[in-house]
Amino acid sequence: MHLSPVLFLNIGLMAMLIVVAIAVVRMRSLFAIVMLQGVYSLLSAVWFVSLDAVDVAFTEAAVGAGVSTVLMLGAMLLTDRDVKPIATKQKLGPLLVVIVTGVAMFYAIGDMPAYGDGMSPANAYIGAEYIEATKREIFLPNVVTAVLASYRGYDTFGETVVIFMAGLGVLLLLGLNGNAGQWRAKPNGRNIAKNVTPPRKHIEEAEEKPKVKKTRKAAKPRVRKKS
Amino acid sequence: MNPHVILRVVAKMLIPLIALFAFYVQFHGDFGPGGGFQAGVIFASSIILYALIFGMAAAKKAMPPSWVRIGMSLGVLLYGGTGVATWLLGGNFLDYTRFAPESTHAAGQHWGIFSVELGVLCTVACAMLAIFYAFGSRVQDLSDEDW
Repeated sequence: MHLSPVLFLNIGLMAMLIVVAIAVVRMRSLFAIVMLQGVYSLLSAVWFVSLDAVDVAFTEAAVGAGVSTVLMLGAMLLTDRDVKPIATKQKLGPLLVVIVTGVAMFYAIGDMPAYGDGMSPANAYIGAEYIEATKREIFLPNVVTAVLASYRGYDTFGETVVIFMAGLGVLLLLGLNGNAGQWRAKPNGRNIAKNVTPPRKHIEEAEEKPKVKKTRKAAKPRVRKKS
Repeated sequence: MNPHVILRVVAKMLIPLIALFAFYVQFHGDFGPGGGFQAGVIFASSIILYALIFGMAAAKKAMPPSWVRIGMSLGVLLYGGTGVATWLLGGNFLDYTRFAPESTHAAGQHWGIFSVELGVLCTVACAMLAIFYAFGSRVQDLSDEDW
């Protein structure tokens, strides 16, 4: 193996990925973790570019570093800012499983085809056919688009439906304006409907109030009867 | 004076460019890297950036939630509708050659891919925005010290 600048770049990128991953595991502040996950995505996007997978790198940078970081921040604001460490016993069983799997994977590296090998199973049969047929049948310079939208149109349709379902699921749970079916509550038999979910404090008050009022109402008639 | 004035001015210049870049990625996807999915996410992120800097209410004025709801389903319908259209033209589901059977440079394929990618753009952009709206609307507006 000759030493090329690309090799050093790849080793550097992989080392940075490992450093970021360890930092994510060790951190306690969720804000920093979300930001580091964005960094991780950007680093892997760079790495994908160096592997010539430009389309994948594009997606990783846009989805992993862009949108999902914002969504994680939104989720974080709704929950908590810090991770509370949970004391766990040292478990030897899971550790053993992880080590055995890792060693098996390293053992399997020797059987993997060389990077970019034209005769590897992934490149030889259907892949070569698509590359050859795209020029003849679809007349598009970007083979990825041809495979994605035409040869594998069914798969992409499925993916689109999956994304639609994901959006739909979140909408059913949270509502498009954060008010699934509008926020309704019936404290003390009184209907309360609001366009927006009230902040936490108000919910707790609404939960506590009925108890107080119920006892009052229950108490009042008795007094009246006596008088 | 707003402490984020630099952020606002820069964002105001960048947001149209980001949205424009999304459409470049969309319509240039046949020739270079990119396509409906990436373009959808980039377009959604331009609106998300707007919401982060100018507030959720302004973003909802620019891109109303009802559009988002309709766009999500419209994309899937456009994709599926392309397949149904090829059915009606006598081909298999998503057999785009039926759009221009006599073409020598596969114009039917180009039309099919164009329409399908447009559907993907619509669904992805709107689904991402829907998820962002759903999470973002639950959070009350934060002051700078709260971060």
